[in-house]
Amino acid sequence: MRFEYTIEAGNFTKAGDASSSFKKILKQLNVDPQIIKRIVVSLYEGEVNIVAHANGGKVICDVDTSRVHMQLIDIGPGIPDIAKAMQAGYSTASAKVREMGFGAGMGLQNIKNNADELIIKSEVGVGTQLTIIVNLNKE
Amino acid sequence: MQVKDIIATLNLTIFGGSQGLTHEITGGYTSDLLSDVMGHAENGKIWITLQTHKNVIAIASLKDLAAVILIKGLEPDADMLAQAEEEGIPVLGTMDQAFETTGKLFNLLIR
Ligand SMILES: Nc1ncnc2c1ncn2[C@@H]1O[C@H](COP(=O)(O)OP(=O)(O)OP(=O)(O)O)[C@@H](O)[C@H]1O
Ligand SMILES: [Mg+2]
Repeated sequence: MRFEYTIEAGNFTKAGDASSSFKKILKQLNVDPQIIKRIVVSLYEGEVNIVAHANGGKVICDVDTSRVHMQLIDIGPGIPDIAKAMQAGYSTASAKVREMGFGAGMGLQNIKNNADELIIKSEVGVGTQLTIIVNLNKE
Repeated sequence: MQVKDIIATLNLTIFGGSQGLTHEITGGYTSDLLSDVMGHAENGKIWITLQTHKNVIAIASLKDLAAVILIKGLEPDADMLAQAEEEGIPVLGTMDQAFETTGKLFNLLIR
């Protein structure tokens, strides 16, 4: 099953809407609550990064019996140094965004800690693509 | 202990989301950094914060937190309140600052 969501740049009143909708679907599909938590933490952080740092984008969530596969694709500006962006505490968030309590530089770490797999591809001037995989079956 | 059981003792205002007053409390988490709460606050925690915007409820709901307490007499933005009503997350208020609120809640929960 595939679920798609559009993410608007800079629109913080809608940040989290995709994650909330997808959480409801996962609940209906009877996914384990602890696994749902890990999926939505990952999705939320990726979603908010598109709102805060990118020029907009979309999320594609594929669910099968064994895993949830999420792609977060934005249309730029891209991440110049992915290793640096992954460091806890590193953030380029604007003053306005920080005032709201975002910009601690912890979002990508949260994804890494909650996902079974995280792949980040980015090209400056083109965009960023996150692939996040969470397995549905507990080992 | 449920959210409704701390209202009188902590002298809290109920702004909205009262469908969630029967949520069981497992503890508290005090932070104004949203991704800190996202990463570290667990189910059933009471979130003590000075953030008053809608994203607070998104996080509280995604993480199944018990309630949010706004400190220092702060009031929720209109869209935060609307979202709290929709998601059934109690938004509570206190005149105390974060240190006192956290201390009082801690004492109440360890009894
Ligand atoms: N989709 C993106 N497009 C462009 N830059 C990004 C994107 N996602 C992350 N970044 C860059 O990586 C940095 C670190 O991201 P991370 O999510 O870890 O922290 P943050 O968003 O700054 O703060 P927090 O997530 O704690 O609110 C960002 O500050 C930004 O510079
Ligand atoms: Mg982030």
